[in-house]
Amino acid sequence: MTSEPIIRTVNISKIYKIGEEELYALRDVSLEIRRNEYVSIMGPSGSGKSTFFNMVGALDKPSKGDVFMAGYRLTDLSPSQLAWVRCHNIGYVFQSFNLIPTMTALENVAIARIFSGRTPSEARKDAAEALGQVGLSDRLEHVPGALSGGQQQRVAIARAIVNKPSIILADEPTGNLDLHTGEEIIKLLSDMKTNFGITIITATHDTKMLSASDTVVWIKDGRVDRVAARSDVKIEVGSIDGSTLA
Amino acid sequence: MTNTAYNTERRMDELDRIPDQTVIPWSVAFSVSWGSLRRRFFRSLITMAGVILAIAFLTYMLVTDDVTNALILVNQDQLNILLQKADVDIIAATGTDKRMMLLIGLSLFTCLVGIINSMLMSVTERIREIGTMKCLGALSTFILKIYFIESALQGVIGTLIGLLVGFVVGFGISVHSFHGYVWQYLPVVEILKSLGISAVIGALISVVAAIAPAQWASAKEPVDAMRVEQ
Ligand SMILES: Nc1ncnc2c1ncn2[C@@H]1O[C@H](COP(=O)(O)OP(=O)(O)OP(=O)(O)O)[C@@H](O)[C@H]1O
Ligand SMILES: [Mg+2]
Repeated sequence: MTSEPIIRTVNISKIYKIGEEELYALRDVSLEIRRNEYVSIMGPSGSGKSTFFNMVGALDKPSKGDVFMAGYRLTDLSPSQLAWVRCHNIGYVFQSFNLIPTMTALENVAIARIFSGRTPSEARKDAAEALGQVGLSDRLEHVPGALSGGQQQRVAIARAIVNKPSIILADEPTGNLDLHTGEEIIKLLSDMKTNFGITIITATHDTKMLSASDTVVWIKDGRVDRVAARSDVKIEVGSIDGSTLA
Repeated sequence: MTNTAYNTERRMDELDRIPDQTVIPWSVAFSVSWGSLRRRFFRSLITMAGVILAIAFLTYMLVTDDVTNALILVNQDQLNILLQKADVDIIAATGTDKRMMLLIGLSLFTCLVGIINSMLMSVTERIREIGTMKCLGALSTFILKIYFIESALQGVIGTLIGLLVGFVVGFGISVHSFHGYVWQYLPVVEILKSLGISAVIGALISVVAAIAPAQWASAKEPVDAMRVEQ
């Protein structure tokens, strides 16, 4: 067991310049996320959740501060190494699924496997296995347009796990789904944690989606407002509902 | 409990150095591009139409010019009557005239702008897709490769069709105007040379048209995929 957290952010800030104005999308955020933890980031719209995800997911660089992943400082890595990290260490799940509309479910998953250096035929085999793990073995040849929202998100999860990453980053994975389908997706992510030991980091507005979390982090105006273990959250669910709806 | 069958393939904290990302070979990039072209068949047809028209026009002009020039040199009364009927200026017709060259040049330029425009549109449509691929670990060079192959393929197929159409129409009209004389004094070498010139110009246009959009596409940041635009 390593003591180094899988993600550590040290005073990261993201500043967008709009004309003369400086907008702090994130301000001095320091967080540690441990291996095999399920972390939910809560916060109202515009609070900086997606900005935080982009930094942690090696998709964007903070204006100030550092992101460490398994002890590596991301700014020290070359573009090619960052691509390696995105490919092998992180699986991304988006609110709007982001599947490639002209590719079948199988091809959507296989392309991620191809980027890890597998031949197309090996990639298809592994993709079929990953789709089996999310319960879509009978939908391999469907294009995204022929799948329901929940099924599309399952394909996205299969794509996220096909390279066996240690982290899944899911930015509002249930945002475009109804309550029941959303809960199924949360259950699936939670299974990925328990079965495979993947660290799950997910953003949500919805307190009903917190059930699987180990830790809940509240972000407000680009700052970490509060960090709590879920067991502490349960007791105060009523008050959280009140404050997030406001 | 954690399933032992699943092991993250390469744990970052067990590595001395983060490796460089695998470079995807051209052959694999080719199969990805080919799939994308096949599925966007009508979109590709529109892009190709530009190349087909330009190359067909060029080939048609060059081939009819070759045939009439060969027939003028024969200088035979009956043939000269046919040439006059076909509006060929026997005295001035020494090589393709300047106005024609300008016309051909302009049409090729228009076609180049058209292909670049249509490639740029197909790239813009797919910015999210490019961002997504980068999130999945695609290198900029891979994006460059697939868009380059895609536009080059459209160029090559378009050029081949253009050559065929231009030749058949040009030769057909010549045979219609000059009957058997065309066969009798067929300028084989010149025609082959003209086809070669058309093919080279078609290939050049396609490659030039491919480079700009591919470069533009590959420079996109992965964050673009994260922006939800519904
Ligand atoms: N590219 C950008 N340029 C300028 N400002 C930006 C940019 N991206 C985000 N912002 C600003 O940063 C702040 C945080 O945005 P972010 O997308 O991180 O919020 P969020 O918590 O994910 O919201 P939501 O729940 O609506 O997805 C917002 O005020 C937003 O306007
Ligand atoms: Mg967001």
